[in-house]
Amino acid sequence: MSQSNRIQGGLIDRSQTFRFSFDGVAYQGHPGDTLASALLANGVCLMGRSFKYHRPRGPLSAGSEEPNALVQLRTGARQEPNTRATVAELFDGLEATSQNAWPSLRFDALAINDRLNTFFTAGFYYKTFMWPAAFWEKVYEPIIRRAAGLGSLTKQEDPDDYDKGFLHCDVLVIGGGPAGLMAALTAGRAGARVILADEDFRLGGRLNAETFAVGEQAGADWAAGVAAELASLPNVRLMPRTTIVGAFDHGIYAAVERVSDHLAVPAAGKPRQTLWRIYSKRAILAGGATERPIAFENNDRPGIMLAGSLRAYANRWGVAVGDRVAVFTNNDDGLRTARDLKGRGVDVVAVIDSRPGGDLLPGIRHLQGAEVIDSAGRLGLTSITVRQANGKTEVISANALAVSGGWNPNVNITSHHRSRPEWRDDIAAFVPGAGGPANLAAAGAAAGDLSTHGALRGGAEAAREALETLGLQAPYSLPQAEDAPIAITPLWYVSGGKGRAWIDPQNDVTVKDVKLAHKENFSSVEHLKRYTTLGMATDQGKTGNVLGLAIMAELTGQSIPATGTTIYRPPYTPVAMGTLAGRSRGKEFKPFRLTPSHKWAEEQGGIFVEVGNWLRLQWLPKPGETTWRESVDREVLATRKSVGICDVTTLGKIDIQGTDAGAFLDKVYANTFSTLAVGKCRYGLMLREDGMVFDDGTTARMGPNEYVMTTTTANAVTVFRHLEYVRQCLFPDMDVQLISTTEAWAQYSVAGPNARKLLQKLVDQDISDAAFPYMGAGNITIGGLRARLFRISFSGELAYEVAVPTRYGDALIRALTEAGREFDAVVYGTEALGVMRIEKGHVAGGELNGQSTALNMGLGKMVSKKKDSIGMVLSQREGMNRAEGYRLVGVKPVDPKGVLQAGSHFLKIGAPPVLESDGGWLTSKVYSPHLGCDIALGYLKAGDQKIGRRMRAVNFLTKTDTEVEIVSPHFFDPEGERLRG
Amino acid sequence: MADILKPLTALGHGAPETVQIGPLRIAERFDVALASLAQRRGQEAAFAKAAAGLGLPLPGAARAEAGPVLAAFWVAPEMWFVEAPFASHEDIVAALKPAFGEAASLTEQTDAWVRFDLSAPDLGPLLERLTNIDWPQAPVGYASRTVIEHLGVYLIRRGAGEATLYGPRSSAASLLHALEVTAASVV
Amino acid sequence: MIINHPILGPRDAQEFVYLGDASLIDRPDGMTAGIESFHDYLYNRDNPAGLHRELWYHEQGDRSWLVVTRNTVSHEITSVELARDVARARGRSK
Repeated sequence: MSQSNRIQGGLIDRSQTFRFSFDGVAYQGHPGDTLASALLANGVCLMGRSFKYHRPRGPLSAGSEEPNALVQLRTGARQEPNTRATVAELFDGLEATSQNAWPSLRFDALAINDRLNTFFTAGFYYKTFMWPAAFWEKVYEPIIRRAAGLGSLTKQEDPDDYDKGFLHCDVLVIGGGPAGLMAALTAGRAGARVILADEDFRLGGRLNAETFAVGEQAGADWAAGVAAELASLPNVRLMPRTTIVGAFDHGIYAAVERVSDHLAVPAAGKPRQTLWRIYSKRAILAGGATERPIAFENNDRPGIMLAGSLRAYANRWGVAVGDRVAVFTNNDDGLRTARDLKGRGVDVVAVIDSRPGGDLLPGIRHLQGAEVIDSAGRLGLTSITVRQANGKTEVISANALAVSGGWNPNVNITSHHRSRPEWRDDIAAFVPGAGGPANLAAAGAAAGDLSTHGALRGGAEAAREALETLGLQAPYSLPQAEDAPIAITPLWYVSGGKGRAWIDPQNDVTVKDVKLAHKENFSSVEHLKRYTTLGMATDQGKTGNVLGLAIMAELTGQSIPATGTTIYRPPYTPVAMGTLAGRSRGKEFKPFRLTPSHKWAEEQGGIFVEVGNWLRLQWLPKPGETTWRESVDREVLATRKSVGICDVTTLGKIDIQGTDAGAFLDKVYANTFSTLAVGKCRYGLMLREDGMVFDDGTTARMGPNEYVMTTTTANAVTVFRHLEYVRQCLFPDMDVQLISTTEAWAQYSVAGPNARKLLQKLVDQDISDAAFPYMGAGNITIGGLRARLFRISFSGELAYEVAVPTRYGDALIRALTEAGREFDAVVYGTEALGVMRIEKGHVAGGELNGQSTALNMGLGKMVSKKKDSIGMVLSQREGMNRAEGYRLVGVKPVDPKGVLQAGSHFLKIGAPPVLESDGGWLTSKVYSPHLGCDIALGYLKAGDQKIGRRMRAVNFLTKTDTEVEIVSPHFFDPEGERLRG
Repeated sequence: MADILKPLTALGHGAPETVQIGPLRIAERFDVALASLAQRRGQEAAFAKAAAGLGLPLPGAARAEAGPVLAAFWVAPEMWFVEAPFASHEDIVAALKPAFGEAASLTEQTDAWVRFDLSAPDLGPLLERLTNIDWPQAPVGYASRTVIEHLGVYLIRRGAGEATLYGPRSSAASLLHALEVTAASVV
Repeated sequence: MIINHPILGPRDAQEFVYLGDASLIDRPDGMTAGIESFHDYLYNRDNPAGLHRELWYHEQGDRSWLVVTRNTVSHEITSVELARDVARARGRSK
């Protein structure tokens, strides 16, 4: 029974056949089909089960507004849940499965929920699952989640790529129906840069679904002709398969282009989808309109469909949804469905027209003043019950019912900036309200002009107006087209029945739920939405919202405009997370920064750690070492014994020049730099204006008007930003120029008693203590190559930092290790660096926590009061200078085997472990191979007065409780004799 | 000059790399010296005179311009990046400093950046997926800082289908990777 | 959002870093003003529903600090100035 419901005509390519499957059954379709049209052509209307009641469902629509026909596409890692079959473009080999049904779509065990519907009305979660509270997480929620599901995730990594991009245009046209095509044509012919985006794979919008003529041509042919002309214009970019999902500030729109969704697998290198950020000067919303149903009992059976959609399946896809079709309408557009189907030879058994009087359709049973009050058919429609004008009821056999309750302009995007749509009585619908996104105009059906002529004129006129504001003339002439009024008499729901009448089929919200919400006083539209979940499904209630609020309006006795409407948010249709992530996934989440010694360290088998975007050497294991501690201990001991080398390129370097450079540094550092001698460097402490420590580092004076600042690795960017702020916003007349040189220089620390001997082998100049004293800085050469040398130490050893242009960084690490061979030099990583700085009591990340003052760190005397600097005044606040405030201390376990943990809190011995007893916390902890035990730094209340005292270091997370001794933070060489050696 | 020290390119090799992906050619450049040149306050006349003496153009905002030997592009108010042949200007600051004296602040930038020259008949499809720059509207000589995959870069339009990218040197491999995968998606 | 940079023209706000109220330009002199003045300067802010002058830094651009006048309700930007010019106009120098 292949394509039993396929009829003549349509915009499908019958010369090619696609094979596809749904729930394992093989079917055939054609290029131009959607999954829904192909399934309907094969007589398959049952495509899903509803969210809550597990009711059998078929497609309600033929477009992106679809609430029912949600399926899973593809298999394996590419399986994608919750795809609307109505917009899934068919391809050869497509495998689709139903979701939310077990064991099968035809027999779904959880259909029992439908029988229990009295328990599942609006608010049932809030009422039913309240007690006992502990049951929610463990019992109720898992059961509900299993029962009320949509599709399932594969839990495998998505194998496809997603791109992002940026586009610019004068005019963005949203939607490629008659209004959009006419707008794009008008603007394109006038020479403007135009982007036309449409979610469909075929431009033309409703013209492809109707039998109207435009000019002398069929509407679809006119659309194809315009699309061809637009494609030929170099200033126009046509973007089919592209949904504008959101309007953002200042003419920015987000668009999702489905580059490869219509293919089984994307072509090599091609993305599955692309997320575009479109910059537009003007935008025209030509998004058309969405039909809405009329609610009546059991109106959710497969085979009951929106009239315009049923017509679209016949006209565009050559599919008769049934062979005995009835139509239920409250407006003239519904009559078109009857006429078109009859014209295609389909048996139209009756038109049930809720309006009394008017012209009768010729040759069709046209019941005026009648209503459909019920339907029957377990897995698909078999009959409808009609109440005629005279009150008589009649059962009419039908396997498809087209329902038209009128058309809602697609105002969605106009309300993305919170503009509220306005009600228009003549079309019984909301149209875009005032205060929408600036420079966005709605045109055609989206603006409430529901005829083809109205769409063409609206599109052309919107383009003309948009271009006028851009200084372009855009004349146009309109082709002839129908201009029929919609002639609607609103009917929202059929009253009188006792059963359920659906208004939001995706979330299973019925008329009863709205009535219950009203009864329980959730009558504002925003309450109605939350209480019943009306419009909160993935379709955002495109078909059902207006019904819900119209019913509420009736219940409250208010008008629809007085009742108001909820508004839409981005995205217009659901967007996959992968699309938003783009290429920023996994290892590609962010770029890496490699240090100059990276290649060498990699060759040596180094272990790396991510520090921001940098990959830094963490430690460098030697053969035979089995634990990281072995390697780190060796690196520390070897450095302190002889010499160690460490890549410190990642520290921020900022070149500061100008005649006011010294004065500028005096402003940004708490201590003084204008007095620093040329050829010397100094440790600098930078405060925030609130007096907390911001950053620290060493800054050298390379010339009278030239300094080189170093920052911590973490703050390199924020310090530079801060310096520009101080320079431009606070002291705009200072002669000072800034440029980052972080990456320009490869910089290595050479530390240890033999540091000088090692370096002297390479440096062309004399670097003896006399020639290059402690805290000296200067330009040197290495084998003739210009280089810089700073005699600074973070390890407490005799140490230098030597820098060469980065391209020589690899060569320098090789030269240093080669020259260091006679001294048993080691290369050490960030772990050993951390051990040595903590042994010396230098502050770093754990101490520079943004909540600590210079005084806390034991550096209070560095804040000069003789000059104005950022943070100087507020660092003097009373609360920040209390004697009982936190002070940096060193910590050792009383028992050398005792374990310390960063984050542990200080408690007095014997004090209860409560907040009132808290004395502070351990900020950083390492194992010191010199002391042979764990050591830590910490902030302890009045810590400077507690040296020598014993306390507990308690950590409830790691369950450690260690007796510790408070000591000076300078564990190693407290007098600093080694670094001056 | 540096006998004991052999330089490496930003991509970590002895010689610059060239990659061809469809019509796109990505060529790493290793033969250009770069320096930042900032005018000191109140030194407009001396600064302009020194630049003129060197044949160094000082293009306006968002512009790049080449002189006989030296070229420059604008990076910030009163600040330019100067490009010079590496062979003759390896120590570019030393080469420029005598002319400017105290009228300018000069800082070597050669090794802070990786330079990729891009060429293809139309770079639009590549660049629209990488940066928010409106490439089709950018005139030849356009120079702007922009962002590519989280990396701050300078993009200069040298010709109809010619562009230069300066990206942070430490992320040279990541930047090239971004160029390559994007190029593959538009081939 | 788009910020119409006084030198570079319209640029995406993604390229900028936001700091806060442009009144940060009016920093008191630390040698003469006391803690109270600095408290007022650093912490006391107007929070208007309407026009707001604020500091934005063109980090992924030309590094200019800008004073952007933005309507906090509509996000409409009515003026963009170089912060350096604003600072000078408000009497700041060295």
